[in-house]
Amino acid sequence: MCEQAVNAIIENYRGKPEALIHALTEIQHELNWLPREVLAEVAAALGVPLAQAIQIASFYKVFSLTPKGRHELHVCTGMTCHLRGGDKLLAKVEAVTGLKPGETDAAGRFTLERGSCLGSCSIGPELIVDGKHHGRMTPEQVEAVLDQYS
Amino acid sequence: MPRFNTVAEFEDYRAALLAARDPARPCIAVCAGAACDGLDSAAVAQAFEAEIARHNLAGQLDLRVTGCHGFCEKGPNVIAGPEDICYFEVTPADVPEIIRATLAGEVYAAKIYRDPQTGEKAARMSEVPYYKHQMRLLIGDNPRLDPLKIDDALAIGGYAALVKALTTMTPDQVLAEVKQANLRGRGGGGFPAGAKWETTKNAPEKTKYVIANGHEGESAAFMDRAMLTGNPHKVIEGLIIGAYAIGAHQGFIYTRHDVPRLVEHVKTALAQAREYGLLGQNILGTGFDFEIELHFDVGIFVSGESSALMRSIEGNAPEPRPKYIRTSVSGIWDKPSNLNNVETWANVPQIIARGAEWFASIGSDKSKGTKLVSLSGHIVNSGIVEVPMGTTLRTLIFAIGGGVRDGKALKAVHFGGAMGGSLPVDRIDARLDFDEMSALGAPIGAGGLLVMNEDTDMVDIARYLMDFLVKESCGKCVPCREGMFQMLKILTNIAEGRGRKFDLERLAELTEVTSLGSLCALGKTSAAPVKSMLQYFHAEYAARIEAGSQTP
Repeated sequence: MCEQAVNAIIENYRGKPEALIHALTEIQHELNWLPREVLAEVAAALGVPLAQAIQIASFYKVFSLTPKGRHELHVCTGMTCHLRGGDKLLAKVEAVTGLKPGETDAAGRFTLERGSCLGSCSIGPELIVDGKHHGRMTPEQVEAVLDQYS
Repeated sequence: MPRFNTVAEFEDYRAALLAARDPARPCIAVCAGAACDGLDSAAVAQAFEAEIARHNLAGQLDLRVTGCHGFCEKGPNVIAGPEDICYFEVTPADVPEIIRATLAGEVYAAKIYRDPQTGEKAARMSEVPYYKHQMRLLIGDNPRLDPLKIDDALAIGGYAALVKALTTMTPDQVLAEVKQANLRGRGGGGFPAGAKWETTKNAPEKTKYVIANGHEGESAAFMDRAMLTGNPHKVIEGLIIGAYAIGAHQGFIYTRHDVPRLVEHVKTALAQAREYGLLGQNILGTGFDFEIELHFDVGIFVSGESSALMRSIEGNAPEPRPKYIRTSVSGIWDKPSNLNNVETWANVPQIIARGAEWFASIGSDKSKGTKLVSLSGHIVNSGIVEVPMGTTLRTLIFAIGGGVRDGKALKAVHFGGAMGGSLPVDRIDARLDFDEMSALGAPIGAGGLLVMNEDTDMVDIARYLMDFLVKESCGKCVPCREGMFQMLKILTNIAEGRGRKFDLERLAELTEVTSLGSLCALGKTSAAPVKSMLQYFHAEYAARIEAGSQTP
């Protein structure tokens, strides 16, 4: 299934070196990471050097060169969330999941990231799980929110 | 859907649309902006839908899920037309009463605005203090349209300015109008848009590009997303008009990938505009060709910088170029490329529709029109605000923002995110004006206004901002990469009680070096917060070093 989708993305951009970021973004959304073999395929199909594909994939934060968890946790560390206690929220999420920002747990359940700024400042501090905003969070609420995601 | 081959067909269609719509018909607008969405406005919208279906009211009442209304603090927001009754903190349980009151021409008093001090109530938008001091020329349409329906945009005059420009004005006249309006860039620089357009227009290359920058990486700024998500057609219309004036046939919208609703709305709007013949070959039969491609930032702050953004559109790493090569002459693929911010483009249609003179009558001497500002931090009413340029910070923070939350005193006001500056409380009579705020050391930036209360630790704020920028620097040039790193070290030392004599002098020197030596705006202005701290909060820093104490 996944492989088919990835092949379709690659075919769509074949011969278009300028579409490198588009192709990688779509594949990242599909697979949640960019395996080296796929990078090589993309580079060959689009006609860019593999080194350039790796440069882009390692430079932009949205791309991941390692597999991510089933659920992506973002704790907003933008200015307003910072002023309103984003640090304490992040510390609590780290304690509950055992992860530092950028890490994925061994079971592949969660990947933790910092986000800045995610634009819902009025309801900060916030924890975003797979794009769903949980606003006005207190550290005490963290466990109940995370329990909703298995 | 129809494709319009002539202006006459298009205007006939608009006339038919308007004839079929009754402006006096009750309409419920449920906000689905970023904050309301996070407060589960979707459940409220569903409750309305279910209630309307249950009582078979579809013939008497319209329901619309819209972009951001503005008063994010009190979401989920609902506005009931035709009288614009504002309901706040609406829950699904309130829905039957709101529908009943709206159909009866009454007000459901339990969820209207109530002043926290006096208890005084306000129902209509024009009476709610948060809204009544505003001038909502750009964001005001948000509650009036479903961003996924181009017909909603057409019903309130969308693309009328485009028709006017294409049929009654030459490209030079459009440019002259924008120059005369003195529209200045809303993304941070405040550079006159007309002059920028002219540079690209006059550049010798035949192929030219126009770009709407909706990257909005500035922390605590969220108005561009609200504008583009809530009313994408206004930005698209502005971009087409600009392309016509400049002579570009290809445009780009560059925005964030991480806001699903934003992505959906812009994609849909572009597709609908294409279907209607407002984009593509021979737009409305006028002979003008223009296409827009959508690009996403993939998660790095510097890609909002114009030259870096253009590298990103080409598919390269977003490393900025030295500024002596102007992107308006040599940008994407070395072609002349005119980049403006989302809010700047959104201003273009009204300038063409209502004229430069009208536009220039709003605002201060040298900053014209209105400005979108996002209010956040320790403020009572956070949200998105639109005021005429020249409005004082006091009006923004107290009359509109309701003051500082939890009964605390105001300590500082910060503008412009990580590359902005902080002003002390005694400067809050300063006016929202590009030049006035820059002179004070707190340039407006994109318009993120952060309020800080008396307990705020200014050393921590500067350290926090520097930490953010160090992580976001692309690392191409040394002054930015290493200079910020050294500033962060010093600020961290001060914050953690290891501040030393001459640290402030060293900081001041570093701010000079990074400002002068860095390639792009990120490095050049990275020291802006530190400069403002040294100017206005020197005593707090000196005292902290003296005391050698930790950040509380």
